[in-house]
Amino acid sequence: MTQMKDRHGRPVVVVTGMGVVTSLGQGKQENWAKLTAGQSGIHTITRFPIEGLRTTIAGTVDFVPFENAPDLTTKMAALAGDEAVAEAGIALGAFPGPLFLGMPPVELEWPQRQAIAAASGKTADITYTDILKGAAAKDFSAMQTRFLFGSVSDQLADRFGTKGAPISISTACATGATAIQLAVEAIRRGETGAALVVSADGSANQESLVRFSLLSALSTRNDDPTGAARPFSKDRDGFVMAEGAGALVLESYEHAKARGATILGVVEGCGEMADSFHRTRSSPDGAPIIGCIQNALEDAGVTPADVQYVNAHGTSTPENDKMEYVGLAAVFGEHLAGIAVSSNKSMIGHTLSAAGAIEAVFTLMTINSGVIPPTINHTEADPAIKLDLVPNTARKAKVTRAISSSFGFGGQNVCLVLAAEPT
Amino acid sequence: MAIAREREAWITGIGLVSALGEGLDAHWTALNGDRDAWLKLDSTTYAPYQVHPAVPLDLAKQIPDRGDRRQMEGWQRLGTYAAGLALDNAGVKGADDILKRMHMIVAAGGGERDYAVDGQVLSGLAGANEPGKFLNERLMNDLRPTLFLAQLSNLLAGNISIVHGVVGSSRTFMGEEMAGVDAVRVALNRCHAGQGDIFLVGGAYSAERPDTILYFELGHMNWTKPWAPVWERPKDGGGTILGSVGAFLVIEAREHAEARGATPIARLSKVSSDRTRRKDGDAEHTLAVQWNEISPGLIPGATVVVSGATGVSEAVAIERDILDQRRVPTRATGSVIGHSVEATFPANVALAAMMVQRGEAVPPVGGSKDEAKMARKVKQAVVTSVGHWRGEGMALVEAI
Repeated sequence: MTQMKDRHGRPVVVVTGMGVVTSLGQGKQENWAKLTAGQSGIHTITRFPIEGLRTTIAGTVDFVPFENAPDLTTKMAALAGDEAVAEAGIALGAFPGPLFLGMPPVELEWPQRQAIAAASGKTADITYTDILKGAAAKDFSAMQTRFLFGSVSDQLADRFGTKGAPISISTACATGATAIQLAVEAIRRGETGAALVVSADGSANQESLVRFSLLSALSTRNDDPTGAARPFSKDRDGFVMAEGAGALVLESYEHAKARGATILGVVEGCGEMADSFHRTRSSPDGAPIIGCIQNALEDAGVTPADVQYVNAHGTSTPENDKMEYVGLAAVFGEHLAGIAVSSNKSMIGHTLSAAGAIEAVFTLMTINSGVIPPTINHTEADPAIKLDLVPNTARKAKVTRAISSSFGFGGQNVCLVLAAEPT
Repeated sequence: MAIAREREAWITGIGLVSALGEGLDAHWTALNGDRDAWLKLDSTTYAPYQVHPAVPLDLAKQIPDRGDRRQMEGWQRLGTYAAGLALDNAGVKGADDILKRMHMIVAAGGGERDYAVDGQVLSGLAGANEPGKFLNERLMNDLRPTLFLAQLSNLLAGNISIVHGVVGSSRTFMGEEMAGVDAVRVALNRCHAGQGDIFLVGGAYSAERPDTILYFELGHMNWTKPWAPVWERPKDGGGTILGSVGAFLVIEAREHAEARGATPIARLSKVSSDRTRRKDGDAEHTLAVQWNEISPGLIPGATVVVSGATGVSEAVAIERDILDQRRVPTRATGSVIGHSVEATFPANVALAAMMVQRGEAVPPVGGSKDEAKMARKVKQAVVTSVGHWRGEGMALVEAI
């Protein structure tokens, strides 16, 4: 008889369905084939004009037609969610629990601002007084609804038939992991037997790209798009902005077994520790990263020796990758030499609000398939970073337990412990 | 199979800033005062739109570092300030051992634009031969790099971590009024279940921004007629007057509070929430269901409803359906502090706690003729939230 409760006496939380969309393609199968072949989805941007930009590459999802960022976010979330609930064997529109949605903040974009300004009749010296006059002059109620933060979750809650109020989460680049964490907590409280987690980001528009560019966070390796994301390499120069969606059906082990669901893995633990050092930089001593990983291991009731694989945050920024190494070295110590570490972002870029969920899906696929996706573009090792990065080529390995880390602006740090179904 | 027995949750700290002042005492005085005390309307700055602006704050009292203040925009300053007030009020300000394991949930929108840049870009785009290139160049040259950090929804929480040292956990919920309800709900449920002992939860909203007024104007939801209490607006088309509010609560397990000798303000007993399509009476139905979950514990005649009514006609009608049946004295604070979207529910939980702690309801808000007088002792307050578009929620706050 397998254990329905964990070491802390809480319901064990399992994964019974997963879905994914990235620049590599739609669905787990296509993504996994490309990911394990070391293929990159990063390309020169064609969605909008790139003249005058410092960075002209991204991992945009170009095969989903869309009207604006919240629309693309919704559509990718729907695709990933459809795949996950289908795999879980749950009917579309009848999900037996709440929705936890990770997504980027919503804002009007330039086409909308232009449309509103145009309604004012003014074409020169436009001010917000004119924009407000434009808004008053016509019915923009459909635009208003679309650009409410709650409209993405509203559409998805209708689609999946989730129960109660959906929760929309933003913790910057840790959003996807936070969404999983909130769902795990709800199941552990006994509030629900199942929860749908979807995290999606379709916000790679001009202004978003410029904002990261102005913070000098992005790679400018424009001539070599597929080689631009090079996490942990000495010559890394920033992250590559990307889009995508990841979805997971979480259930208590008991709930899943009772309905005969196939178990894809266990979310054994979640750890968190916020950083009070700086808005965009990690504490130089790495204490919050270390604390967050340690909290996750403790929550899972495991030790560093029990972990075989780290699905790294690995953004390819000089700062993140160095601090992540410092954190891993402190937590895993002598065990680190025997642990494989790879960054999916070397191939799919940084999918921002979606990253934590997408990478959790890939981590569980790693565990289930016995193949670790590589860290591609690893040509020049950073002497300050001593990790087994599974360089450039996928590797067969037995992985029963892994961690997946996410770190974001605003001092957000979340770490998940994911494992195979206990036997 | 049993989950751990529910722990009692207390509100041990409140930080509230609005047009009526800073802190609960200022709010009590203003709400009990004359029209000049409770109506602090700015009808000129954004005319024809009106706002209830936050009182001027000596920001350095809660955000001592000038660099920190400069890294934030208005809504973040308001929220970080109110969070500091709440921590002070709970007696945990600077108590690093507690702040390290304090869990934070913030309900936030986002935004903050550079109005001058937006205007210039829109003016230029109108005549640009290559609009895409023009936009790239203007954005690359004109955007302030740090403005991004005032636009990200989770950077209010980030600033609270930096300024006040709250680092146990940090989550930001989005989704207008509903985000405020669920932030408080999840914090309470975690506290009840032992997933943490002490929580900081709340939100902040700046109404003094043309871009926030714009969101409501897209749906023609702003009230531009002479000021009137929210209940009186639907008969003239309805509408909201936005208000700047920062509202944070410290929610704490009773035994944790007692162990450190903290004084409770009130008990937070229950929070519920839902999202309906607002069709075929489903919103009215969920409010009735939520009310029925609370009502068996209500003491007849000792309850006041603290309503988050927006003034938007459809939402007000949904809420009236339940209030008119239950006939409990109601206080819609939005009439005088304005509608503060994500911050509305935390602010109303704070004002509900104020009333049950004092055992007394404030007079009908804004002199509303639709709100019954209440002379009897107040022991319980039901906080309601019917979002201007989506989200229906409720809380029960009780005297200790």
